[in-house]
This record gives sequence, C-alpha cells and structure tokens, in this order.
Amino acid sequence: MVHVTRGFTGRHPATDDRLPPGQYLTDDFPVLSAGPTPAIRRDEWTFSVTDGDQALRSWTWDEFMALPSEDITVDIHCVTRWSRLDTTWRGVAIDDLLADVDTAAEYVLARSYGGYTTNLPLEDLLDGKAWIAYEHDGEDLPAEHGGPARLLVPHLYLWKSAKWIKSLDLVEDDDPGFWESLGYHDYGDPWREQRYQGD
Amino acid sequence: MSEHRDGNALAGPLADIFTVEATTAEVQCRACGLSTTLAQLVVYGPEPGLVGRCPGCSEHVIRVATTPSGTWLDLGGATSFHFTSTATRASSR
Ligand SMILES: [Zn+2]
Repeated sequence: MVHVTRGFTGRHPATDDRLPPGQYLTDDFPVLSAGPTPAIRRDEWTFSVTDGDQALRSWTWDEFMALPSEDITVDIHCVTRWSRLDTTWRGVAIDDLLADVDTAAEYVLARSYGGYTTNLPLEDLLDGKAWIAYEHDGEDLPAEHGGPARLLVPHLYLWKSAKWIKSLDLVEDDDPGFWESLGYHDYGDPWREQRYQGD
Repeated sequence: MSEHRDGNALAGPLADIFTVEATTAEVQCRACGLSTTLAQLVVYGPEPGLVGRCPGCSEHVIRVATTPSGTWLDLGGATSFHFTSTATRASSR
C-alpha cells in the first residue's frame, strides 16, 4: 500500500493484509546485483525524460534537488519473496517530472547507469504511484540500493524500481527490459503473483 | 557491495542444457571482442538470474534464469562459443 505524507493519515490494515501471496517479511534490505555497482558522481549525474531519440526534459543533480519533493512511506516487495513494510524515502513524483510533457506514448522504458532496463505502462508511473527517490531512511540513497537516485514503483515487484536511474524513455511499444526478456513477467503485480511469464 | 563469483557458478544450470562441459568453452564478447573461457566470466546472481559479464568491458555475455517453467538462456552478448574437441570427446566417453 502507498501513502504519501501530504496530510494523509491513513491507518494501516493488519500486517497479514499487507503481505502479498508467497512473500515473507524481513527487516533487512537485501542487495540483488545483476552487475557491478556503478560509481556515479552527483556533479556528473543527469536524469532525462526522452521520446526514445531525444531528451524532452533533462536535469542536473542541482536542478533535480530544486524540484518539489515528497516524503514517501511504502511497502516494497521483491520477486525473490522478501517484503519490507513502511520503508521511507524522499523523492520527486513522476507526475511532476512529466507535468509539461505532451506524449502519445503508452509505455516507458526505464534506463539505468550500467545498462539495466525495465519496461512499464506509463499510467503505472502517474497519479502518485511512482517517484525518482534519492533518500532512504533519512539518508542519501546508498549506491548498492541504487544511489544517487532510483525509480520507485512500489505497487510492482521491486525489479521494476530501476536502481541508478538515468532516463525514462516514453515509447509506443512495450519492449521487454532486462529481466522481462529472460522469463520474468511483463507487468509484475505482487498481489496477482506475476513473477514469471505466463503467471 | 556487488557480490560476484567466477564463471564456474554457471556450471550447474548449463549442465542441464549442454551435453558438453560448458565452462571450458571459449566465448567471445560481442561488445568488445575479448575471448575468454566461460569460467573467466564475472558472474552476478543467482537471483533473479545468473548474469555472466565480460572481464574486459563488463557487458553481459550470457544470462541464465531458472523459473518454474524451465531455463531461460540469453547468449545475445556473445558472438561465438568454441567448444574445444577435448571437452567434446571427454563428455562423449
Ligand atoms: Zn567485453
């Protein structure tokens, strides 16, 4: 479940109701690596929204830090079956990043420093459901968890929340990303247990 | 904090697919052209999948994921594999 602390005071349901099928609770934050952790200097970091070929919007680190940010408290679910409740983040809502962008695209390919990709429907990034997060637990986001900044899409399995985010490419076709092209589910809804292709 | 191992970590899942010993095969990286044995790849995983990366340029050369429906294998990061005749003979004995 997602709640943004913008004056919203929702009451959490019982823990059992917050654990998707096949998941277990942990207080750890395991690190899954598909490659080396990229070392990205903040003074060299940029983040862009592209139409696939050219940047529609682009921010340096300082420009990104000047954007309105939100405190975020969400549950996260990894396809390797661990879940953490009430994780806290700070970041910029994708709604704010795409506010002035006019597009016919229905999908997004998220691209990371280091070459990772993941595909999502554009609508899953809108309406307060996704962020570019740069703090976790009140600290700068550590590199092993995706720092300087990562995509955060907590209503989908965590492989969709691309670490070391570099760009969001707005695309017409839903081309599979890194894990989606190797047997993992195209959408990845933990509540429908969409782990693998065919689920 | 990136945990990785050498290419022998690929031996198990590949033994389910190839009839010859795969880790001694020579593989050429599509990105930079470097030739190594599979055992010399830098391997991340095992979950969500095993990713064997080139020791030269760190692009992925081979990816293997085991899911309930079977094994997924991506060799798109390699231009060629060379299974040496000694390995082929050894396994056909
Ligand atoms: Zn290479």
